[in-house]
Amino acid sequence: MDKTDKPEYPEAVQKEYSELIKKTEPKTPKTKTMLCAFAVGGLICCVGEAVKDVLDKLFTLTPVQLSAFVTAAMIFLGSLFTALGIYDKLGRKAGAGSIVPITGFANSVASSAIEHNREGVFFGICAQMFTVAGPVIVFGIVLSVAAGLIKMLILK
Amino acid sequence: MFFEYAAEYLKVFLTGGIICLLGQILINHTKVTTARILVLFMLLGGALEILGLYRYIAEFGGAGATVPISGFGSVLVKGAFEAVDEFGLLGVMTGGMTGAAAGFGTAIFFAFIFALIFKAKTKEK
Repeated sequence: MDKTDKPEYPEAVQKEYSELIKKTEPKTPKTKTMLCAFAVGGLICCVGEAVKDVLDKLFTLTPVQLSAFVTAAMIFLGSLFTALGIYDKLGRKAGAGSIVPITGFANSVASSAIEHNREGVFFGICAQMFTVAGPVIVFGIVLSVAAGLIKMLILK
Repeated sequence: MFFEYAAEYLKVFLTGGIICLLGQILINHTKVTTARILVLFMLLGGALEILGLYRYIAEFGGAGATVPISGFGSVLVKGAFEAVDEFGLLGVMTGGMTGAAAGFGTAIFFAFIFALIFKAKTKEK
């Protein structure tokens, strides 16, 4: 069927329809989602701070190494809880509270890898892993190159 | 002693919470996808780091500023800055990945391992 075969609805009908959608669309209460995001995001960061305190006691690390270690540990925890199916349950309630922390990045990598694992190792796990992480990595590299150029040419 | 810890964790909680709250406000009003939020916050953190402002947030909020993805953006920029000081033009290319190596390495390795071990759970119910 061609696209031209579709019936053309008059503009008034289309407008009415989009207004109807706006009314009947399920609305998540905004204040509640905001509170959840705030609380969960804050708690995840507190876990990060606790991990930092523990690692600081266990190993002798420079501040840069320590923060890299904390990032790695948080990403490990994020991947683990994703694999156990806990993180996605949390994400349904917490919204941005579970996306914005670095554990959310880990979750996006791990969940798409796990979701597609029955399609095989190469085109399932390895390729699909980057559906969400890909843009982050690409923009991250572009950002860092831009920053490097700014540093070299402008800030010196 | 206890109160020092409590105050520190309160600052972490507030900083991290507010950053996530901003993300949620964005979701509520524009319906952006996960990937876009991650990229946007990373770029914001990176921009603040380039301007030299992110370190003040990190000094106040500790992990509250470094755990959100904006902290990852700031790490990328920091890595680039340091590498440029050390290696010049080559550092422009290598710096970001050096800074973010811990994050990318851990994320990719454990995602691979867990995807081999675990089965997809989301489709079960």
